[in-house]
Amino acid sequence: MEPARLFLGLLCASAALAASSLHQRAPPPEPLLLEEEPELGESPSGSLWPLPRSLRILPRQLQLAPARFELVHGPGSTAGPGCALLQDAFRRYYEYIFGYSKWQNQGQRQLPAGTELLQLQVIIGSKDSECDNYPNITSNEAYQLSVTEPVAVLKAEKVWGALRGLETFSQLVYEDDYGSFLINESEITDYPRFAHRGILLDTSRHFLPLKSILTNLDAMAFNKFNVLHWHIVDDHSFPYQSITFPELSGKGSYTYDHIYTPTDVRLVVDYARLRGIRVIPEFDSPGHTQSWGKGQKDLLTPCFNGEHQSGSYGPVNPILNTTYHFMTDLFKEISSVFPDAYIHLGGDEVDFTCWKSNPDVTEFMMQQGFGIDYAKLESYYIQKILDIVSSAHKGYIVWQEVFDKGVKLKPDTIVEVWIGSWYTVELSRVTGAGFTTILAAPWYLDYISYGQDWKKYYSVEPLNFIGSEKQKKLMIGGEACLWGEFVDATNLTPRLWPRASAVGERLWSSENVTNIKDAYNRLVKHRCRMLRRGIAAEPLFVGYCDHEARGL
Amino acid sequence: MAGLGLALLLLGLVPAGAVWPQPQLVRESPGGGRCRLSPSRFRFGYARSSAVGPGCAVLDQAFRRYQRLLRDAGPRGPGEGPEAAAALPGEDTRPWEPLCAELLVSVATPHCDGFPDMDSVESYKLSTSEDLSLLSSESVWGALRGLETFSQLIWRDEDGTFYLNKTDIVDFPRFAHRGLLLDTSRHYLPVRAILETLDVMAYNKFNVFHWHIVDDPSFPYESAAFPELSQKGAYNPVTHVYTLNDVKLVIEYARLRGIRVISEFDTPGHTHSWGPGGRIRKSRPSCRGWGLAKTTPNWSLSTSRVMGELSLFILYCFSPGSRLLDIISSYGKGYVVWQEVFDNGVKVKPDTIIHVWRENAGPYQQEVARVTKAGYRALLSAPWYLNRISYGQDWQTAYQVEPLEFEGSPEQKELVIGGEACMWGEYVDVTNLTPRLWPRAGAIAERLWSNKTVRGLQDAYRRLANFRCTLLRRGIQAQPLFTGYCDPEYSGF
Repeated sequence: MEPARLFLGLLCASAALAASSLHQRAPPPEPLLLEEEPELGESPSGSLWPLPRSLRILPRQLQLAPARFELVHGPGSTAGPGCALLQDAFRRYYEYIFGYSKWQNQGQRQLPAGTELLQLQVIIGSKDSECDNYPNITSNEAYQLSVTEPVAVLKAEKVWGALRGLETFSQLVYEDDYGSFLINESEITDYPRFAHRGILLDTSRHFLPLKSILTNLDAMAFNKFNVLHWHIVDDHSFPYQSITFPELSGKGSYTYDHIYTPTDVRLVVDYARLRGIRVIPEFDSPGHTQSWGKGQKDLLTPCFNGEHQSGSYGPVNPILNTTYHFMTDLFKEISSVFPDAYIHLGGDEVDFTCWKSNPDVTEFMMQQGFGIDYAKLESYYIQKILDIVSSAHKGYIVWQEVFDKGVKLKPDTIVEVWIGSWYTVELSRVTGAGFTTILAAPWYLDYISYGQDWKKYYSVEPLNFIGSEKQKKLMIGGEACLWGEFVDATNLTPRLWPRASAVGERLWSSENVTNIKDAYNRLVKHRCRMLRRGIAAEPLFVGYCDHEARGL
Repeated sequence: MAGLGLALLLLGLVPAGAVWPQPQLVRESPGGGRCRLSPSRFRFGYARSSAVGPGCAVLDQAFRRYQRLLRDAGPRGPGEGPEAAAALPGEDTRPWEPLCAELLVSVATPHCDGFPDMDSVESYKLSTSEDLSLLSSESVWGALRGLETFSQLIWRDEDGTFYLNKTDIVDFPRFAHRGLLLDTSRHYLPVRAILETLDVMAYNKFNVFHWHIVDDPSFPYESAAFPELSQKGAYNPVTHVYTLNDVKLVIEYARLRGIRVISEFDTPGHTHSWGPGGRIRKSRPSCRGWGLAKTTPNWSLSTSRVMGELSLFILYCFSPGSRLLDIISSYGKGYVVWQEVFDNGVKVKPDTIIHVWRENAGPYQQEVARVTKAGYRALLSAPWYLNRISYGQDWQTAYQVEPLEFEGSPEQKELVIGGEACMWGEYVDVTNLTPRLWPRAGAIAERLWSNKTVRGLQDAYRRLANFRCTLLRRGIQAQPLFTGYCDPEYSGF
């Protein structure tokens, strides 16, 4: 049986059926790649993922003895044992490097002089190590790593660079057939190409248990992602437990079990911080808010059927003062619960049907002089929300529609481009208008297809749009999005990893790192490493890992 | 931006007696009788009329399994349970409701230690009521199917109390061969992943495990006669192999669940991995012009001996005049072959089963028509390649297949003995096997078990979404059909 080579007709037919029966917007038809069986080989860069900006690996091998090897603060470092973030990271990476073999039984054998690596010294250069801060959009993630006998030195200005460098160091270490841990002498200088490298998780369409979010944060750190875009609420459920408005989750969550308490949220935010990851919550309005209405009376617009209320509700009601009082209080709370400087305000896919049916809305439109242009009403609403969030001293990210509809935005607004067709044109437009942008459109990982679709994500070049140098600078990164229609804790991890790793390298590594074959060789190993670290990342293609996934 | 509309299919009331796959005949007592059930005190036992009794491993073990599974019963679906109960006229409050006492099983034929085969009778009758529920069947295999149905009838209200409604069920499979293929060559699957799959197969009333055990990429089967095959052909000769004990364990585990194991040793193509062991001449995958190496007959025979319990061999793609089929039939094994053997005009015994899998060689319905017209039995897989994933609810496509929808006489239709869901391993290993397989394969299970008229997508969606939550409660990492939730969610990280 050669299933990979056949079956094209059926696939196309079934994809069309599934899409048309469910979605307003079908995923683009997939050209079916007929797989050439990829030949697995050795990359000169070993298993490094994402590839560092500059890398020199020398032939000389050093050995690490688990019983003696230390991760320590180096001389002159402005961070010391008082820096819990680094202490925590040292312990974690020691475990990643050595924790999965039976080295404990090896005894204290002396290694021949001059062949052993004894330490990794971590030196933070800047006066303020930022050890106790939260990472932000301008955080410095650059580092230099020099592995020479007898100590390796990792230099970074801030702890964020040290975290990235520790990950790289751990990826340089490998085990030989006899269980010895080896590393080649190397010189690495590294820094990210884009500042915003995100993963979107959707906890409204399906609730994700805390553990599954934390596991994902681990995997993000392995891939040098630095933003968790937490699409925390939507039409389907409202799992965020608000202190100010407990009824929102009390009535809007799936059940009392399907809730993120303030403690849960703090745990996620702190866990992410320790890995150099920002948590940006998304509270999407005025559309996508059905679940909000259950616990907040009069928040949503009542829809009319002729003269009478139909019993169903539309987007947030933009004509009531109470709406804005509510939003002010809610966003005040959110601003303090989530420390990041940005909140994602959504603003996508607003359906005007209900607003159009409601006579009070119509009257309000007349008063405001909007006529029958409901986009103006939407702008009116968004504008007010932006003001509310600004006054809470937060920046905001919005989906592209908000820009498209001409809502007045603060100059530091970030516009996220998501609509699949013509996204390069949209990037030109958004940056042409002087706005900062992040790209999600080509990276909707919930759109699965048969075969090695990671290559498709990998081949995207974010700056491949028409625009000046200045415009290109406004593109600050991107996000891999895993929407939750068909994803919950059962399939999240294998669906996300290692497919998102492709996006991770695209956003971190140099523009010219585009060799698919070399990427395949490294990614196969990186995937096996994720397995060893407890991430159930799915296979890229036929083959095996020495340590297959545990669990089950 | 999700950019996605709401589902057309919404979770609604799960009808009374929501069982997956849908039994042939279900009648819930119109009076609404029901009893409370205590998972620890409820008893499974043999009826006095039963031809098998204590000591019958298949049923003794099944009783224990289902005793445990009783605890995993869940709500009958959102909106049901308390409301449904409240709607019943003249309902007493709980303390006066009777307790369900026991389920007695009565099997007519005394066989217990054998293996299930193509002719096994899987029909059963189940009648539940307060003091005594009765399950009667021709064979132990039917009793296993009935026990599964019984376990799915138990439900739980919001206060956590377990209930069993008074119900009568008459049930039998529509097709005799309801299979699932796993591929352990492209990726090695740990034995425990295979065992778990067998569990879930039983929950879905599948009865054939088609083990595509070796192929080009690796040879994990540890042959006693030719150990070099796996020593050189496995990904890792120590960790990525199936020992003789593993194979025996799988076969016995399957037997206890009424599942046959059919192993596939694909020749003469797909044998690259056999080459390193030196036993078969390395060949290019081709259906013609390939002569069997001299050692092959010996290898086949010894393998047959080792895997003596296997009921069938599956073979693929012979050169005309090949001797291998003769060898295997002389050993008393029947065989299934992939459709190419038929297409290429290889002479096969009249009782050969032809496995229809190709989608690009014209509509599979025509191939089924050709195969049955020539008088061979047919097995359908073409529309059921579950490794082929796409966005959305693709279970619906699998569900809507009608295996007998081809041009042919009633006699030809009789020759379609069933089908198989296939999970090829190019992109599948233990990390994603379970969520990719379940509940999607459930769609095929129902198509092969239930009545032809059971086709409604809306109803199937409700029952399958409900069943998926049952699987989660049983610890199976089954993925969601669409937005929504289960209580509790999967937590077996």
